[in-house]
Amino acid sequence: MGSDWLQFVAGGLTAGAIYALVALGYSIVYNASHAINFAQGEFVMVGGMAAVALVAAGLPLLLAVPLAVLAAGVVGVLVEKLALEPAQRSGRADVVTLIIITIGVALFLRGLAQVVWGKGIHALPAFSGSEPLALLGATIVPQSLWVLAGTTLAVLGLGWFFGRTLTGKAMRATAHNPLAARLMGIDTRAVMRLSFALAAMLGALGGVLTAPITFTTYDVGVMLGLKGFAAAMLGGLGSFAGAVAGGLLLGLVESLGAGFVSSAYKDAIAFVVILVVLFFLPGGLVGARRSERV
Amino acid sequence: MAILRSIRRALSPLALPLAVALFAAPATAQEPIRIGSFLAVTGPASFLGDPEAKTLEMVVEQLNAQGGVLGRRLQLVHYDSAGDAEKARTFAKRLIEQDRVDVIVGGSTTGETMAVVPLAEQAGLPFVSLAGAVVIVEPVKKWVFKTPHTDRMACDKIFVDMKARGATRAALISGSGGFDKSMRAECLKVAPNHGVQIVADETYGAADTDMTPQLTKIRASNAQAVLNAGFGQGPAIVTRNFRQVGLTLPLYQSHGVASKEYIRLAGEAAEGVRLPAAALLVADLLDAGDAQKPVVTGYRDAYQKRYGSEVSTFGGHAYDGLMLYVHAVKAAGGTDKARVRDALEATRGYVGTGGIVNMSASDHMGLDLSAFRMLEIRNGTWSLVR
Repeated sequence: MGSDWLQFVAGGLTAGAIYALVALGYSIVYNASHAINFAQGEFVMVGGMAAVALVAAGLPLLLAVPLAVLAAGVVGVLVEKLALEPAQRSGRADVVTLIIITIGVALFLRGLAQVVWGKGIHALPAFSGSEPLALLGATIVPQSLWVLAGTTLAVLGLGWFFGRTLTGKAMRATAHNPLAARLMGIDTRAVMRLSFALAAMLGALGGVLTAPITFTTYDVGVMLGLKGFAAAMLGGLGSFAGAVAGGLLLGLVESLGAGFVSSAYKDAIAFVVILVVLFFLPGGLVGARRSERV
Repeated sequence: MAILRSIRRALSPLALPLAVALFAAPATAQEPIRIGSFLAVTGPASFLGDPEAKTLEMVVEQLNAQGGVLGRRLQLVHYDSAGDAEKARTFAKRLIEQDRVDVIVGGSTTGETMAVVPLAEQAGLPFVSLAGAVVIVEPVKKWVFKTPHTDRMACDKIFVDMKARGATRAALISGSGGFDKSMRAECLKVAPNHGVQIVADETYGAADTDMTPQLTKIRASNAQAVLNAGFGQGPAIVTRNFRQVGLTLPLYQSHGVASKEYIRLAGEAAEGVRLPAAALLVADLLDAGDAQKPVVTGYRDAYQKRYGSEVSTFGGHAYDGLMLYVHAVKAAGGTDKARVRDALEATRGYVGTGGIVNMSASDHMGLDLSAFRMLEIRNGTWSLVR
């Protein structure tokens, strides 16, 4: 039984790492605009599908992966520039309007992917073989290690970016008080654009890393977007540490729930845990201390 | 009113020739045989409806090029139901009342089919469904027939093969989709008939990406073989996770994954997996003396030449549906609905892509277990288990 336990944890951490990447994307956009970007799941899809298309076009994996992530970044900027900026510039768009626009963007991207890439299911070759590794009785595929390492690096990179660079600090300042930031000479439009690019690239990284394990389709973003959003809420929207904690916790609860209770209620168990947490800590695990003045 | 009257006056010289043209034409040339159809060409079930519609179109063309049936041309009247039962009902009504078709060959999904069954029964119109579930022909409905294999047959075929390999304790893992649920229920129902005990019954969600927890539980059970009732990407993930958690038991998949896509997605992990499938899928592997060989290779070659894409068993169901009707028309000597229905029910020894069809008053599908071939995946492709 000991090895079963480890197996559930290994599966849960892999899934959780992806939820964490998606949740981070939500938090970054939320900080810049106070809007929830419901196209976040579609960025995951764009990353995975673009990588598959590039590999199919004959590019080596080593080149296809960064290109796919960059392509998603470009899509993120375009979404901000073409869909959200005009609305914001009109001056009448409140947060709810922005959220509804992102839902439209999600539908558009999903439809476009169907036309461009078709409705089939695609798999990316594993980065380093698919021979499972045995670890204390549990078995994991090498790709899981890539997922965990990729997520860790992304989180560390984000920490450095927001903590140490001027641009990162400008973004944090904008999140804290947009008006004051603008008065200090920060281009809040550029911050918004950069937020979308970062969010899209994080999502795409998740999509690329998991495409060898879970496959990718035009509608893979729907469920991942939902789970990532749940993870962001669980951890506390806008908090980076919270997003990571929320993602990992959600993945673990799902996996352990399926393993020890019942696989039929896997999703239900996860969502019940979220409801309970939010009932006692409405701000999420990490965001509880922050209060907003109304 | 004055305007209306003047229009009528202006048109009256035309009225007589028009009426003559309308009624005289059918009298001189033979009235075509009208084949009505509604299929899910778009929407979530388009992978069923698309090849079915293409097949009907192709076969109607072929038959007309050969001079039609009993000297009469075939005319296909087709609507896209998008997999929506409500739309299917509306279109079926239109087929019956306005288009006055002689038969309906269609219904990609069980939902659409069941919505149309009462209409066909009421109108007394032969209806050959292309959907899978047992409920379509059980209990038997006077005017309703179907061509595809049922999920119960798939369960039977798999359990027979399991027993032959000495396994009497099986673990079941299935998805949450309609196909998966229906097959799971059928397998649970027929397992005792074969002396097979289901020792684990796990499920996963349609969009789940990791089935290792469920498979770890199966690993801890005393199962001797594993059966995955599923559809789409789920079974491919199950297959990969199955190898990942170190399971070495025989793994069976359903006929729902009988496509090259499954092998491509599951990769090396698919080696040794067995599944029941129609002969169409392995046309080249069939023995030269196999009764189905000429039919399946003929249909496959024609389809691939016409559309440049691979055949699927679903298109084969449409081929069988239309050809069964054509045979019945020939046997009945005309398109009289009641006589064609009786001829359909009396179909014996019709060799189709799905198997050899022997209908009876109590069996409106007419396929037995020999219609399924047990396949094993070896070296990344299908091979026949003999």
